[in-house]
Amino acid sequence: MTREQTRKIENIFALTLSALAALIGLFWLVFILGDVIVQGIKALNLSLFINDPAPAGVEGGGLRNAFVGQLIITLCATLIGVPVGVLAGTFLAEYARGRKIARVISVLADIMVSVPSIVIGTFIYAILVKPVGHFSGWAGAIALAIIMIPVVLRTTENMLSLVPWTLREAAFALGAPYYKVIIQVVYRGAATGILTGILLSIARVAGETAPLLFTSFNNSFFSLDMKQPISSLTVTIFQYAMGPYDNWHAQAWAASLMITLFILFLTLLGRFIIKWRYKG
Amino acid sequence: MRMDVEIEVRGLNFYYTGNVHVLKGINLSAYKNVVTALIGPSGCGKTTLLRCFNRMHDLYPKNRYEGEIVFQGKNILSKDVDVINLRSRIGMVFQKPTPFPMTIFDNVAYGLKLKGINKRTELSERVENALKNSAIWDEVKDKLNVSAYELSGGQQQRLVIARALAVEPEVLLFDEPTSALDPISTSKIEELLAQLKSKITIIIVTHNMQQAARVSDWTGFVMLGKLIEFDKTDKMFTAPSEKLTEEYITGRFG
Repeated sequence: MTREQTRKIENIFALTLSALAALIGLFWLVFILGDVIVQGIKALNLSLFINDPAPAGVEGGGLRNAFVGQLIITLCATLIGVPVGVLAGTFLAEYARGRKIARVISVLADIMVSVPSIVIGTFIYAILVKPVGHFSGWAGAIALAIIMIPVVLRTTENMLSLVPWTLREAAFALGAPYYKVIIQVVYRGAATGILTGILLSIARVAGETAPLLFTSFNNSFFSLDMKQPISSLTVTIFQYAMGPYDNWHAQAWAASLMITLFILFLTLLGRFIIKWRYKG
Repeated sequence: MRMDVEIEVRGLNFYYTGNVHVLKGINLSAYKNVVTALIGPSGCGKTTLLRCFNRMHDLYPKNRYEGEIVFQGKNILSKDVDVINLRSRIGMVFQKPTPFPMTIFDNVAYGLKLKGINKRTELSERVENALKNSAIWDEVKDKLNVSAYELSGGQQQRLVIARALAVEPEVLLFDEPTSALDPISTSKIEELLAQLKSKITIIIVTHNMQQAARVSDWTGFVMLGKLIEFDKTDKMFTAPSEKLTEEYITGRFG
């Protein structure tokens, strides 16, 4: 065999292997998504959104409490997590740039990103649920916020670092104080990147179950009180999928579909923002 | 014609972080309404010198100045000088165009807003004047609300000059303003410099000797952190008094 032929065979071999690997990944993805869509659509109905759960074993009812609870918890988590993450990222990229503390915090944030979310759930359980004596919506929101913070922090830090220094110098050269340089020039330059990071971090926590299981737990009734246990889609899916009733299973499918669509929407929005930014 | 000194540098030494001695005993006078060029081989300290005039080095910790830079009777290196005010009086244009991520109008209005000018009519008037003075008004007057990133590099550089001019500085520092531009944009900027000097004092760093000869009235030759020679540009380029200057100008090194 000539060298050329060997190379061709090697090429075909590598191509086949990588294509196969990609297919295996895609197969499960399509399988899961397809199943969620098919089963979810079958179970979708108006009652799901406007009614609270029926008593166990009784047909009908809906998941209004879980939809609303999920939204409230995610919103509160975002309101807590995003400002902390953005400000911390700003500190690292601007005020502490190049200092040792910035590197230490960056590495810690990277570790935080990969900490299993159940660990954060149990941590919040220990400091916010056990001492208080009962589960609460706030505990859930704070657990999710803690998961968001390192993600938002690192994106903010990276996006701010991408803004060229000369741009800051140009603003300084016009007589701008540092905080105005950051708010009016640097944030503007990094806005789309930071916004995308925030959307992806929301998408990340919207699908979390483990941290909520130990914190906001669940509530079969409609509740807006963040000081009490509050229902969420993910925990409801967990509970209903394990339950013995077909009705529950169907509703879990529908809830899965809705949460998947929500995360898909956030991800697409993030991508859209990036494209829109780099086109203009 | 009597010439007034706008900026006088007396015995200036400058050290970067870690005590790196970059400028060594610089003495020089930049005259009012005159273009002063600083030339010299790469890494000689000419940009470092330029950045002393608006205290740009203060942005980085542990940089240290020694000596005096007297601007209108006051030593601007002294600790009690308000650098924010100083920078609005001594503007700077950088090597690469640095438009802010905002509209053309907002770019030029930025410095004005920093000064507390917020009235729409006054802003529009001053933005228009600055753009006219930078010879870019005709090209942008119909797209003031378009992102500054849509302009070409040469247009961006003139926009940035307009932005610096809008706050009506007394001195404008140019750090190799045309080295990232094409020849046509370069000649536009050079024409602009000639027009601007009736209103302001200009100090320009350039590594292009022809450019220094074309645009400047006075030239300083910097090498290894020292000011080797400082003289009228025509004298400097025809009959330099220092041998090093002559060698550099005739292209024997650099």
